Amino acid sequence: MATDTHAAAGHAAEAASAPGMPQLDFSNWGNQIFWLLVTLVVIYFVLSRIALPRIAAVLAERQGTITNDIAAAEELKAKAAEAEEAYNKALVDARAEAQRIVAEAKAEIQADLDAATAKADAEIAAKAAESEKAIAEIRAGAIDSIREVAADTAKEIVSALGGKADAKAVEAAVDTRMKG
Amino acid sequence: MASEAHGAEEGGLVFHPMDQFIVKPLFGGDAIGMFTITNVTLWMALAVVAVVALMVFGTSSRKIVPGRGQSIAELAYGFVYKMVEDVAGKDAVKFFPYIMTLFMFIVFANFLGLLPMSFTTTSHFAVTVVLALLVFLTVTIVGFVKNGLGFLGLFWVSSAPLALRPILAIIELISYFVRPVSHSIRLAGNVMAGHAVIKVFAGFAAIAVVSPVSVVAITAMYGLEVLVAFIQAYVFTILTCVYLKDALHPSH
Amino acid sequence: MEGQLAHIGAGLAAIGSGAAAIGVGNVAGNYLAGALRNPSAAASQTATLFIGIAFAEALGIFSFLVALLLMFAV
Repeated sequence: MATDTHAAAGHAAEAASAPGMPQLDFSNWGNQIFWLLVTLVVIYFVLSRIALPRIAAVLAERQGTITNDIAAAEELKAKAAEAEEAYNKALVDARAEAQRIVAEAKAEIQADLDAATAKADAEIAAKAAESEKAIAEIRAGAIDSIREVAADTAKEIVSALGGKADAKAVEAAVDTRMKG
Repeated sequence: MASEAHGAEEGGLVFHPMDQFIVKPLFGGDAIGMFTITNVTLWMALAVVAVVALMVFGTSSRKIVPGRGQSIAELAYGFVYKMVEDVAGKDAVKFFPYIMTLFMFIVFANFLGLLPMSFTTTSHFAVTVVLALLVFLTVTIVGFVKNGLGFLGLFWVSSAPLALRPILAIIELISYFVRPVSHSIRLAGNVMAGHAVIKVFAGFAAIAVVSPVSVVAITAMYGLEVLVAFIQAYVFTILTCVYLKDALHPSH
Repeated sequence: MEGQLAHIGAGLAAIGSGAAAIGVGNVAGNYLAGALRNPSAAASQTATLFIGIAFAEALGIFSFLVALLLMFAV
């Protein structure tokens, strides 16, 4: 572009409302550049002195808080795991204890039972022996009676038949018969 | 001049898409001196107010669990900080306030410029050229201070064949000096183009038949401009980071 | 006459904006194609995407600027 066009554009921009590109009106560049530099300096100082350190601090603080929270959560998690372990251990212990108690009780009961059984067995044996004895007595008694009755009967029969019964001979005969 | 043709347009169809960019003194008078308070001053001051409102008053409560304003301020901080760290490297973090200043100014100037009847400071080459030159000077000075003459290694592509290197060096040198040009014109051009197009569509709204289409088009362009306002601020900032990385680590 | 020629030139310069649009589309399209093939690498390349778009678009903006200069400043 030729310089005279700038000048023309500049004059036209000042005179009429809007010929040409206002961007190329170099007469107001100084003004714009001045205010731009002022603006940039102000923004730079506001940002670098106040805003950015503050935001950085807030972000760092948040990061710290989050890290702490995560650490706390980890700790709680570890504690929970510990508690669970303790619980499981208690459970196992309790189970073992219960088993032990059950076994003990079982053994006790078994012992009682064994004692009772033995006692009962002994009683039964005693009773059986007694009964056997009684039976044997009875049997012996019965055999004697039978012999007596048989001898008597035989004597009677012999006497009834008109014989004179020799008591000793009859008895011997009865004995022989009974044995046979 | 083309303007005569404009004024002589027949019918009610008058386009003045560039009128919105005129720099006017606020308190009367025609002459614009260096220190005259103009609409540039006003809208830059509003940008400062917006930055202060967001970054200082928004964060004044310093809450661990942030509110709305504080969230946005932290988001902006994290966004630019991450950009600087990722693109320019860890040792560029000391330039973070400077880059943050550029980003906040551009983003707020762009968004304030989208308000109806407002003046867009970033649509002026005067503004963007200064911004780009500041970046260019910073990068060049930092490059030479940090690396001494080793900074010139940026132009000496050691991976290329020896015969090609001088040619590449010239190309690199040219591209280095074109940087502030494209850097500034990209921002101002995008912003100016969007605003001018909106104004052109607004001019069409004078015709009753076309006006609904025009209104829809303005709405669509406005949406695009909101996007552009942010993306251009982002691009300006990230290119600053890229240039800064070149200055800090000039090895190709 | 000269002003009208300038307007024609402005129109011709505006073609460059369309070319830049093709360029931007190319950048974004190729990014998308790459991102769909390897989504895990997509996030790390968004910055490159924007830089690429910015470079492509800047050239379109240059042609737009030339058009504006022809319209208003010549």
